[in-house]
Order: sequence, then structure tokens, then C-alpha cells
Amino acid sequence: MEFFLVTLLNSLSYGLLLFMLSSGLTLIFSMMGVLNFAHASFYMLGAYFAYQIGAYTGFWIALFLAPLVVGVIGAFTERFGLRAVHRFGHVAELLFTFGLAYVIEEVVHLVWGRAPVNYRIPERLDFTLFTLFTTQYPAYRAFMMLVSVVMLITLYLLLTRTRVGLIVQASLTHPSMVEALGHNVPRVFMFVFAGGCALAGLAGVLGGNMFITEPGMAFAVGSIVFVVVVFGGMGSLVGAFIASLIIGAIQTFSVALNLSLLDFLNLFGLSISEDSFWHSGLSITISQTAPVLPYLLMVLMLIVRPRGLMGNRET
Amino acid sequence: MARVFSKKRIIFWALVALSFVLLPMVFDGGFSLSMLSQMGIAIIFVLSYNMLLGQTGLLSFGHAVYFGLGAFVTAHIVNFIDQGAFWFPITFVPIVGGITGLLFALVLGFVTTRRAGTPFAMISLGIAEMVAASALMFTTFFGGEGGIVTNRTAGGVVAGISYGPQIQVFYLIAGWCLISMMGMYAITRTPLGRLANAVRDNPERVKFIGYNPVRVRWLMMTLSGFFAGVAGALATVNYEIITAEALGLMASGNVVLMAFIGGINHFWGPIIGAVLVTLLQSALSTYTQAWLLYFGLFFLIIILYSPGGIANILAVHAPVIKARLFKSLASSYLIIFLASAPLIVGTIAVIEILYRGGAILGMSALVSWSSSLVLIVVGLVVFRFAQRRVKSVWASLDLELRKRGFV
Amino acid sequence: MNQNVSLRLSEVRKSFGSTSIINGVSLDIFEGERHAIIGPNGAGKSTLFNLISGRYGLSAGRIELKGQDITNLDPQNINRSGLSRSFQITNIFPKMSVYENIRCATLWSLGYRYSLFRRISTIRSVRERADEIIELIGLGDRGEKLAGELTYAEQRALEIGITIASGSDVILLDEPTAGMSRAETNAAVELISKVTTQKTLLMVEHDMGVVFDLADRISVLVYGEIIATGSPSEIRSNQLVKDAYLGTQEGVH
Repeated sequence: MEFFLVTLLNSLSYGLLLFMLSSGLTLIFSMMGVLNFAHASFYMLGAYFAYQIGAYTGFWIALFLAPLVVGVIGAFTERFGLRAVHRFGHVAELLFTFGLAYVIEEVVHLVWGRAPVNYRIPERLDFTLFTLFTTQYPAYRAFMMLVSVVMLITLYLLLTRTRVGLIVQASLTHPSMVEALGHNVPRVFMFVFAGGCALAGLAGVLGGNMFITEPGMAFAVGSIVFVVVVFGGMGSLVGAFIASLIIGAIQTFSVALNLSLLDFLNLFGLSISEDSFWHSGLSITISQTAPVLPYLLMVLMLIVRPRGLMGNRET
Repeated sequence: MARVFSKKRIIFWALVALSFVLLPMVFDGGFSLSMLSQMGIAIIFVLSYNMLLGQTGLLSFGHAVYFGLGAFVTAHIVNFIDQGAFWFPITFVPIVGGITGLLFALVLGFVTTRRAGTPFAMISLGIAEMVAASALMFTTFFGGEGGIVTNRTAGGVVAGISYGPQIQVFYLIAGWCLISMMGMYAITRTPLGRLANAVRDNPERVKFIGYNPVRVRWLMMTLSGFFAGVAGALATVNYEIITAEALGLMASGNVVLMAFIGGINHFWGPIIGAVLVTLLQSALSTYTQAWLLYFGLFFLIIILYSPGGIANILAVHAPVIKARLFKSLASSYLIIFLASAPLIVGTIAVIEILYRGGAILGMSALVSWSSSLVLIVVGLVVFRFAQRRVKSVWASLDLELRKRGFV
Repeated sequence: MNQNVSLRLSEVRKSFGSTSIINGVSLDIFEGERHAIIGPNGAGKSTLFNLISGRYGLSAGRIELKGQDITNLDPQNINRSGLSRSFQITNIFPKMSVYENIRCATLWSLGYRYSLFRRISTIRSVRERADEIIELIGLGDRGEKLAGELTYAEQRALEIGITIASGSDVILLDEPTAGMSRAETNAAVELISKVTTQKTLLMVEHDMGVVFDLADRISVLVYGEIIATGSPSEIRSNQLVKDAYLGTQEGVH
């Protein structure tokens, strides 16, 4: 019970973090048709910037500044990169972001080196919020959830209550119609791209010190975010939300479970000798399969329901 | 049944074969020989990749899966041969790798090829991640961190060939490279190959001429898996070790870069990419730590300025040269070359300063920084000017070519 | 005229969500006739074509092609049964040569399927059929050009070429003269009558001149229902049609 509750809380905070990434990716994809391969790289930049800015100003200012800087970089990427390759089609756009991910990772190597940097949780949040049975729950995780939820509500209000939000929403389902209505779509694109990147940056600020800030973090998170987007249905924010929580839970729970098929068989009184051919296969624990599970889930979803959980567009 | 190759083609392939025979005599020495072997493997792999991207319009981010699985199965087979479990000539183990690649592409392709476009790209990535993650789980088969070590001389000496000396391995690779090139070229000339182009251009319309686009994609994927597996098997024989990295995302990304830098719209384009990238990788990595960064920047520049790759640059100049109009371009090309020189030098300087901790060429940090930044700014200004000039020359040239009927 | 039924629609219905687009269309197209469907914008003409050719599934009803049930088959299977269609918005293979466009369209009907063991340029039947079609549509000197680089009228001709290349005997043309000038339209009418001899033609067309030139019979589709079917002169004098459609359109043409 204790294990279950704590893991549930952890998976919730992780799932919300994933949603911060996948929502930006979904918005960008729905509006511009561009799958931003560099999305997780902006997440990484968010973490590194927060580390660097935080070294001079402290965490709280970095929390605001780092996503802002990432957003500005995103705006530049759209304005001078993506827009230039737009006429060559979606494959070129996709490959551009792919190349960008490559370059960003190398630049991070260049500036901060290959080893993880010492980006730490701010001291004022480094305490135990409450104790659940015997487990101490860190305040920072709660703070992460708080920021995520505030961000979520802001995003929701922005999308439903403002003019730009309505245009963005309309573009989710009818991009060409919005253009026909005479809105400056390129500029909306730039803002959406910048906004999505800033969200990713914020996720990086929060996730970088919770987990680890190192050059490999972009690739590690990036592919999970893709799974979330495919699983939830490309272009659906609600789908991305549900998928974020599900994938977050699956990853968190599976890492924590040290059971194997062998243990399962033991439960029924079956035991397999160590030198049996099947032993090495059956002794793989659930936590060992954790890296594979999200992808397996995605493949299963694609077989059962190719457009994903809530997807409606076949693009 | 009609002839498979016309007389002109036979002569052409004979010339390619001859050049393969002569290459190691021109570039002898251990380093060039191992580089040539590496290029041969890369050529097969990148051409198999372009069967998907260039010919069928499938942007895959997980092609190394078929290369890697082909390589691992081959490694185990070679080890069985080595232990004397059975005998099989090493010369033909690429077929084992090929069939492995084919079977996996058949199974995984069933899932992936149901979608095209961006979803396909993401799904292929997901599958690649899945296989890469499994590789770390099943250590018996994939050998964990250390990988699987093999012995390429396991087959003993057949007709004087032991595959001990690198030169013999090179000729093995060259032979399979030639066969694979011919095979893949021939596929583009078949009804299926042409339908793949149709599916790439307009999958919806293909249904209304009686074909199932999903089936076409699946078949192409399967065939492409075969050749990727052949390349993987050759890698096993060549390096005598194979690690999980071979089927990882980096390897998959690498082949995307090769294909795109070379040019995906021409059959020969990816070969240019394979040769160039292999060269760059070995040459640059000995000089600088930052070679991956240069490589990435080069890729971005290609996408921004010539998404058809190097092959396309060559292709658009062919009519200009034929019309004897290259003179008019030469001067503006010289200017753009001179303009980009400071830009490139400046950028390289900044990158190297950062990697080498603050200063280069024995200059002080301040001088290093300021001089390279000045170079970049000057380069940028002149480059923009030159770019405009080239554009206007091209515009008038294009008109001229159209008038004379060269385009 | 031979009175064998080539294509039979019985009580065909289609709705998207709660919006009903086609409300029970029943129609017999006879073998060898040229049949035009006219109707105001939004009447469901294109939807009807998409239902017949398998692009959309039916909500209810049944479609038969030469006595064979083709309801809800995949487009490729319907095509293999001998029905071929063109599109209102040009739908060709832009990065392939004109000749290749035609050649691909001939392959299935000549039995080459997904063949991997023949060189396409050495297949005589394919070459002959492709040569014949490319001459027929008047693009004989454009064979090597990329389809995407043709002029609009040439692309429309190619669209028809791809449609007839499989040798299907039932042809559906969706607004073949849309967006063409007078002269181009005349050429297109000539082309259509040339390529559809001995064939069954069902077409959607806005240009009344084209319709009355080409069609043996005309059906009028209004709000997803056929309100009249008959010869051109019958349709011209039909009061229902005049009220619903021609009355408002005649001033335009």
C-alpha cells in the first residue's frame, strides 16, 4: 500500500512533466505539421540554462528566465530555419529538426562537457514535505506538480479564452481554413513554436535537477515523448494528456518492481533450475524490461488502433 | 523472359567492377584498405535505406535495426562454424545476414508500413528504441556491453582464401557491394520499383490504379531489410566484433545523414553520401573532438540550401555545362567561395576555442575570440551579398536554358 | 442501345456524423452509355463518386458492378473489377515522368501485380498500351517530362490517361473540364468522347455545354437525392429540374 501510493505520486509528477513536453510537441505538430525532433533538445537546453543562470541568480529567477531564453531560441529556429525549409516539404522540415537535435547535443558537449553537471534542487525546497507511512516525500516533487498544474491551467485558459488561443485551437483541426480567414499564420506558427519550446524548457528546468542534467537526457526523454504522442493520437491534446499519465505510470511502476516471471512461477510452486535453457529468459525482472515497455505498448496500440487513443487525423 | 540488363548496362557494371578491383592497388596501405572496406559496407547500407526514403517515400529512423540484427545473427553463425557445429563458407554468410534482415523487416514492417509520412517516421523510431532496449536485456544473444566477438577465418581456407588478410575481406565486401548495387538498381527498374515511386508521390491515387499502397511499402521494406542485413553481415566479417551500438539510434541517424547529404532523389546520390561521410568521419575525428558538430552543421546547411543533396547540385549544373554557360556562374561562385571562407574559418575557430579551453594557435584568449568573431561578422555580410548575386545570375541563366531547350 | 446494366446503385446512403449527404440514391447505368450527373454545389455528386469508387464506405445500400457486389470493397479491389475513376483536383504522380505515370496505371490489368522479376521497359504489352494511351491523350511529345511540370490542361489530360490506362470498361470522370478555358474544354470533350467509345461513362460535370454534348442520359442530384433521370431533352423540359437547378444556373452559362 505504501509502495503503491508513493509510486503513484511519483508517476503523477513524472506524467505531468511528460505532458508539459508532449503538449508543446502536439501543438506544434497539429498546427504546422512538423514533428519537432529537437523538442527534447529544448528540454535539455532548459535544464542547462537553468543550471547556468541559476549559478548567478539563484533558482527562482532561473525558473523564469531559462524557459524564456529557450523560447527565444525556438522563435529564431522557426523564423530562420524551419520557415526556410518549409517550401521543401515536411520531410525536409523533419530532417532539419533532426539535424538541429544533433547540433544542440554537440553544442552542449562543447560548452558544458560530456559529464553530468551539478544542477541541484534549490535548498529552500530540499526538505521532506510529509511522511507517508515510512517514506519521506520530498517537497520538490510536490513543487514540480504544482508548477505543472499551474502551467496546465494557464495553457488551458490561454487556448480557450484568448484570441490567439482560439486561432491556435482552430488550427488544430482546420489549419488551411484558418489561413483562408486571413490570419497571419506564419506569425502564429512562430509564437506556437516558441511557446512549445518554452514549455519544453520549463520541463527541463524542473526535470533537470529532479533527475539528471547530462548531454544524453534529450535522446532519453525525446523518444518517450514520441511514444506518448503516438500513443495518445497525434494532434490530440487530451490524448497526449492521458497518454502522458499512463506512460508515466508504467515507467515509474515498472522500474520499481523487482519481480520476474520466475518469481511468478514460484508462486505456483514451479521452479526452474538455473542451468535450464529458459532460466535466463524467465529471470528477467519487470524493472529490467522497463525501458522496453513503453515502446511495446506503442506497437500494441498501433496494431489495435493505428490512429492512437484519441487521434482523429490521418496525417 | 527478356534480358535483365542491356548491353550498355553490362559494360557499365563491368567498369564499376574493374574500378573495385583496382581501388586497393591505387590506395594501398592498411588505413586506406580498412577505409575502403568501411565505405563498401556503408554503400550497401545507405542504398538499402534509400529504397525506403528516396524510392518509397518512407522516412525511417530505425533502419540500423535490420543492419544490426543481420550482423548479430551472422556473428553467432560464424561462431558456430568456428566451434565446428557445422560448416558454411564465409563467402556466403552475407546471405544469412540478408535473410535475417529480410525476416525482421517482414515482421516489423507489417506494423510500421501501415502508416506513411510523419507517423511512419515516429513508429520506426519507436521500434528502433524497442529493439535497442531489448538488446541490453538479452545479454546472451547481444553480448551486453562487450558485444559478440567472432573469428572471420572460421571457415578455414577455401580456394586459397582464408579471410585473414584485410585485402581478401575487402574483395569480399567489394563483390557483395557490386552484387547489391546491381540488385537494388535492377529493383528500381521493375514494376514493383516503379510502383514504389508512385506510392511515394501519391499513395491515394495508387489505390485507384488497382494497387494496395500498404502492400507496396511492405514489400519494399522487406527487400530493403535484406540488403541492410547483407551490409550488417559484412560488418561482422570485417570488424570481427559487433556491439549493440550497431543497431542503435545513432547508427540509424547516421544512415539518414548519409543518404540526405548524398541526395535521395538519384539512385547514385546516397553513394556519394556514404563515401563522403565515411571519409569525413575518419579524417575529421583524427583532427578534432568536435567532428560530430561539424558534421551536424554540414547536414543543416545541406538541408537549408540544397535539400536534394550533393547529387542534386551536380544534376542542376549538368545542363549549364552542356550549354557551355558555366563561365557566367564561375565568377559569382568564386565570390561566394571567398565570402564563405572567413565565415567558415571564424566558425571553426570559435568551436575549437571552446573545445580547447579558451585559445587557439598560441594566441591569447582575447585575440582568439575577437579575431574569429570579426571573421564571422565580415563573412556573414559578404556572404549575404554574394548569395544575392548568385541568385540573380541563376535566374537569368535559367531563362536562357529554357529558351535554348536545355531544361 | 444495349440494355445490360453495368453499374447499379440501390438505396445508397451516406452520412457523416449526423449530417446525411446521400439519401437513398438508386440508379442504373447501362452498358455503353454516357451518363452525366448534374446538380447544384453541395448536392453530393463528388460524395457519390467517392462511394462508388470505394474511397468512402457506405452507410447503407448496395452497389453492383456488372452484377458483382462491390459494396464497401477497397478502392484497389473495385478498380481491379473494372471500374476506374478520375479526380476533380488533379491527382497524378508529380515526380514521375508522364510516360511512367501511364505505365504504372497499366500494370495491374496486364497481370504484372507486384512483379519483381521483370524489367518494366522490356514488357511489350505494357509498352504498347502506354504508347497507345499517351498518343490518345495527345501527350506523345511530353513523355519524358515530369508530370508535375506539365501545364494545367496537360495534367487534366494525363489524369484521364491514368484513368483509362487500366482498360477498365466503366469510367468515372469527376469534373474533367473544371477550370479550363473554352478552347481547352472543347479539346477535352473531344478527348473524352474519343477515349470512352465502347465504354460506359459516368461523369460529374458543371459545364452544361459539355453535358449536353456528351451525355446520352442525365441524372439530376439535389440534396442527396436523384430528382430526375432521362435524355438531355427530357431533362431540359423537366419542370422539377428547372425549378431546382437549371432555372438558377442558366443565366450563368
